[in-house]
Amino acid sequence: MNSVVVSFNQALSLILHLDRELLSIILLSLRVSGSALFIAAAVGVPLAALMAFGRFSLRGLCVSLLDTLMGLPPVVVGLFVYLLLSRSGPLGFLALLYTPSAMIIAQTILALPIVASLSHSAIVSVDPVIAQAASTLGATPSQISMAVIREARYGIMSGIMAAFGRVMAEVGAILIVGGNIAGFTRVMTTTIALETDKGNFEFALALGIILLAISMAINLALNVIRRKGGTERQR
Amino acid sequence: MRLSISRISKAYSGHTIFEDCSWVVDREGVYVVMGPNGSGKSTLLRICALLEKPDCGEVAYFSGNKRLTEAISLKRRMTLVFPQVGIFNATVFDNIAYGLKIRGAGKQEIEEKTSAMLGLARLTEKRNQCALSLSSGEKQRLGIARALVIEPEVLFLDEPTASIDEMNARLIEEIILDKKKSGMRIIMSTHDQMQAERLADQILLIKNRKLEEIKG
Repeated sequence: MNSVVVSFNQALSLILHLDRELLSIILLSLRVSGSALFIAAAVGVPLAALMAFGRFSLRGLCVSLLDTLMGLPPVVVGLFVYLLLSRSGPLGFLALLYTPSAMIIAQTILALPIVASLSHSAIVSVDPVIAQAASTLGATPSQISMAVIREARYGIMSGIMAAFGRVMAEVGAILIVGGNIAGFTRVMTTTIALETDKGNFEFALALGIILLAISMAINLALNVIRRKGGTERQR
Repeated sequence: MRLSISRISKAYSGHTIFEDCSWVVDREGVYVVMGPNGSGKSTLLRICALLEKPDCGEVAYFSGNKRLTEAISLKRRMTLVFPQVGIFNATVFDNIAYGLKIRGAGKQEIEEKTSAMLGLARLTEKRNQCALSLSSGEKQRLGIARALVIEPEVLFLDEPTASIDEMNARLIEEIILDKKKSGMRIIMSTHDQMQAERLADQILLIKNRKLEEIKG
């Protein structure tokens, strides 16, 4: 019990003194997950809109596929990206394996179905009277789509935040494709796993506290977004 | 702009709503369509507003003798306000300004015209309020202001005073009469015989699947 308290105190000290190594790991985590999220949102939201407004065969199958991909196991994604980027793989010539770029690719694959699927749900849940109102006011089909997407904005933001929470806490995929190289591809989750193995609990705890704080901030933001969307709808 | 519907019929799931109906609206004024629930008043309005096609017959708009095509430019010369207005999750101002924004209006034009409509609908004080927080009557007024801001040549109102209180109904009637004076063609449906008498230049009744003129 005493060692836990000591480790916890040392962890707090590392955070309060803004330990350089700690900071660089946190920043890399945010950079990797933030980049993955940005790409996933840039692709996922238009994809959701296409599935919501597009009329094409196999649309139902695409929606089901996206819903299924939301539960992709990170290690499977890691293995898939590893095989793609390994020297003998089809994209081996890019020499991206064990780089932050490989980690971004893996996390994007994890985040994309979450963003697209939750955004799709948000868009199709918008009351049809919104599209009808836009149409009667002379909106073109693309303007009608934009009006509906704007109505779904809180649901879309919720989806993006949920995806951010998932990739920030993810460890399997980035460990496989990033290699956990100190100062280069070592992020919060992979460092926690490594430092715990080494018995360096204060460093692992410090990162754990930061990760928890980020998770709490994400959940808080999610609740604010949901409440804002919900209360405005109920008024 | 002249509206001409010629021998139109409409049926849903094999049930005929109306058949072989013809009608011409060639002057400004208020035209009221009446009929019992399910008689097809809303359907007729949607068909006239080019939001739905009849099963047979023809709906056409003319400018002089020239027939106007059913392009977006024609649709933008008219608008329809439904009983369920379809309020955007935005401020009252942004809701009213929507039609101007999608037409690419400038900032100043948007500000001036939207402010005028806020005044007409007596919503100036609620300008920056979230429109979803308005009462039913205020939402209906907002819907009409949002439709009027684009200065339509034909305004369709589907039961504009249904399920709102008398004070709001009076305000809406005032707006309708005001716009009638300014030369707009207003085609509306209502259940309220007294309201129809107060507002209408022509009253039509959908009865036994036919369109009958009872005042004109």
